[in-house]
Amino acid sequence: MKRRTFLQGTLAGSALAVAAGAGLLTPTAVLAADWPKNAFDAKSEADAVSALFGSSSAAENSAIKVTAPIQAENGSVVPVKVDAPLDGVEGIAVMVEKNPSPLATNIDMSGGGASGYYSTRIKMGSTSKVTAYVKAGGKLHTASQTVKVTIGGCGG
Amino acid sequence: MAKLTKIKTRLTGDETEVLVLVNHPMETGQRKDSKTGEKIPAHYIQKMSFALNGKVVAEANLGPAVSKNPLTAIRVKGTKTGDTIKVSWSDNQGESGAAEAAV
Repeated sequence: MKRRTFLQGTLAGSALAVAAGAGLLTPTAVLAADWPKNAFDAKSEADAVSALFGSSSAAENSAIKVTAPIQAENGSVVPVKVDAPLDGVEGIAVMVEKNPSPLATNIDMSGGGASGYYSTRIKMGSTSKVTAYVKAGGKLHTASQTVKVTIGGCGG
Repeated sequence: MAKLTKIKTRLTGDETEVLVLVNHPMETGQRKDSKTGEKIPAHYIQKMSFALNGKVVAEANLGPAVSKNPLTAIRVKGTKTGDTIKVSWSDNQGESGAAEAAV
């Protein structure tokens, strides 16, 4: 049942896109201006980190905890939790080293009011290291964990 | 197509954990339709912002590598019972949604 509605939805979606004709690529251009496209398009982890934080030099910090399954059966849903009990956390980014574009998601907390915690679910193409980059007090801190993936989640 | 946005809050001390679930396909743009062989256009959430009593406390950027029906959680400091937390999101095809909850 679910699958059927999903397929119908996709078909309707592509029909709309075709109707938009040459506008196939426009949605990307219309986007919220401040979505860091460069960082999401970057093909290497270091590039993505520098596009996001301006520098890619980061120090490992054992206080940061990255919680992810050691073995993920299904790469399309890998829960990742980042707990960074540091002062003045400004942002957290989650990177998957072996994905075509390593940056999965990032969060900006420079407004204050949120503690260094971010939990999400990501897709992973293959077994890879998952690294969290935490910016706190003007410095970059990292922590990582390797996740083994049995079935990849990119391509379905 | 309106997409369902669910929000749940849990208060511990003065911190609130905010859990957000959005019903969203999160298409990467890489997958092919098995019937037509055409690529399914990318469709994913890009921005998600969290506001406490109207003031933005965190803004997340999501990429195509976030799972479908994304479940996201953050912790908001300095909250008390009765505060309102609002989450709003927008995707790359111009769709958006929001949900609000009281702590």
